[in-house]
Amino acid sequence: MRPLLASSFVHSGDLIAVLYIISFGLFIYGLSGLTGPRTAVRGNRIAALGMALALLATFLIDGMGNWVLIIIALLIGTVIGIPSARSVKMTAVPQMVALFNGVGGGAVALIAWAEFNDSAGFADKPLTFVIPSLFAAIVGSVSFWGSNIAFGKLQEILPGRPIGAGRLQQPLNLLLLLIAVGSAAAIAAGETATIYILVLLIASALLGLFVVLPIGGADMPVVISLLNAFTGLSAAATGLALNNTALIVAGMIVGASGTILTRLMAHAMNRSIPSIIAGGFGGGGTEAGAEGAGEHGGTVRATTAADAAIQMAFARQVVIVPGYGMAVAQAQHAVRELATELEERNVEVKYAIHPVAGRMPGHMNVLLAEADVPYDQLKEMDEINPEFSRTDVALVIGANDVTNPAANTNSDSPIYGMPILNVNESKSVIVLKRSMNPGFAGIENELYFEPMTSMLFGDAKSSVAEITAELGAL
Amino acid sequence: MFITNVAILVLAGFVGYAVISKVPNTLHTPLMSGTNAIHGIVVLGGIIVLGLGEDLSVLDKGLLVIAIIFGTINVVGGFLVTDRMLEMFKSKPEPVKEDQEEQR
Repeated sequence: MRPLLASSFVHSGDLIAVLYIISFGLFIYGLSGLTGPRTAVRGNRIAALGMALALLATFLIDGMGNWVLIIIALLIGTVIGIPSARSVKMTAVPQMVALFNGVGGGAVALIAWAEFNDSAGFADKPLTFVIPSLFAAIVGSVSFWGSNIAFGKLQEILPGRPIGAGRLQQPLNLLLLLIAVGSAAAIAAGETATIYILVLLIASALLGLFVVLPIGGADMPVVISLLNAFTGLSAAATGLALNNTALIVAGMIVGASGTILTRLMAHAMNRSIPSIIAGGFGGGGTEAGAEGAGEHGGTVRATTAADAAIQMAFARQVVIVPGYGMAVAQAQHAVRELATELEERNVEVKYAIHPVAGRMPGHMNVLLAEADVPYDQLKEMDEINPEFSRTDVALVIGANDVTNPAANTNSDSPIYGMPILNVNESKSVIVLKRSMNPGFAGIENELYFEPMTSMLFGDAKSSVAEITAELGAL
Repeated sequence: MFITNVAILVLAGFVGYAVISKVPNTLHTPLMSGTNAIHGIVVLGGIIVLGLGEDLSVLDKGLLVIAIIFGTINVVGGFLVTDRMLEMFKSKPEPVKEDQEEQR
């Protein structure tokens, strides 16, 4: 068996090691730049520079061949990657991240598979190589298929509602995990037949599919974040197998950050990570929500753009609550124009940003920043919640579940206990919505039946534009 | 060698935790996208295995080429999309901030 790396590092090893150290130094420095909006662009570019350096260092490894294939593969990847990143709409960024995450996980699994074949079933490989490789194969495969399902759900190729086998789901997932781990154990114990790696990859793939399919659309950001962390960990495992520090450090940093982010997001939704993985959220709550709505009499008051404009023109403070509906309608520029119009009339305008509004944390911030909304008008939940009681008009634009008072009052509601924006404390609430269809979590919103709430039905962008026009005419 | 690598792994985990736990909520989407790009570093793994493989079968070469393509999409697409998102945050908040304070 030809030693994969050890001998090749002897000659140019020191230079490569130094370049790797510089490159992950740049990763860490770049990521710390991402902590502030001012340094973030630079931070991201510094991290990209680190990546270029790591790539360069890898080219210097002694005895490299197959250059034609490597260059062709890099070119194809670039040719696919650049236009898809350039042309993706800002609203579609969450699923794009899911897709990019998926291909990363896929790469990890494919590398492990090729290594298995090349070494005739990991024969003569030490366990310190075999175990990380098998871990990478399982996790990479789960991440690839899981991310693709997440993409399909967010892109609405697949239905957002949970799809699953009900009670059988958990035993089924457990069985698949056991099959995958069992095949891995067999390989580690010395089995070299190709069937074992194929069973491992297929069982992991099915596990990825079956874990994500039953998860409701509302939980999808948490899932993407979790899969992002998984891919990072699998990259780190690949680094352990290949004895490559750049992979270990970069992969582990992503694993750590993804885990924190996942916890933060799950916390913001008052959901535990295990219960999200258990799935099924988003369908079962419809009845409880409907009952809650019944208690409020079930009457909904519709309003007109002119009425909304008058209410806001004479308000002292208007809080805009954006949600996924704003993203879908691409209404952020129209919203900014409305805010400018209001500010000219000395109305104070603030934006209430729920941590999980849209489909990813920070989704709304990105969209509003695109429309040149000043960063300091964007208020996070804890900051804005005390202000609703002295807010004249809360303008809810395509946000639903994050404003549902059932989260505070109805213990039967599936979102009970989730921190929400206390929109119902404002003097008046205007909800821009396309129809009375329930939100992403699939539950009825009691807010719409409250007496101070009026609904303005229609596309968010044209509704906002109409209000702005009416304001101008006042 | 393996133990050294595990030590690096553990320390990198803590560094990741320390650096990233300070990121404000509003930058979480770009952060997720940025870290997503960084794990595209697996492309190096694909390049190393393909580059150092002397007698790879056609199947393995194919698998590794796809792995490198995937990894490259992850890196290139990830960094670009993060850059696009972050560019929007750069938009000059200063003058508007002054306006707002005048209003108060």
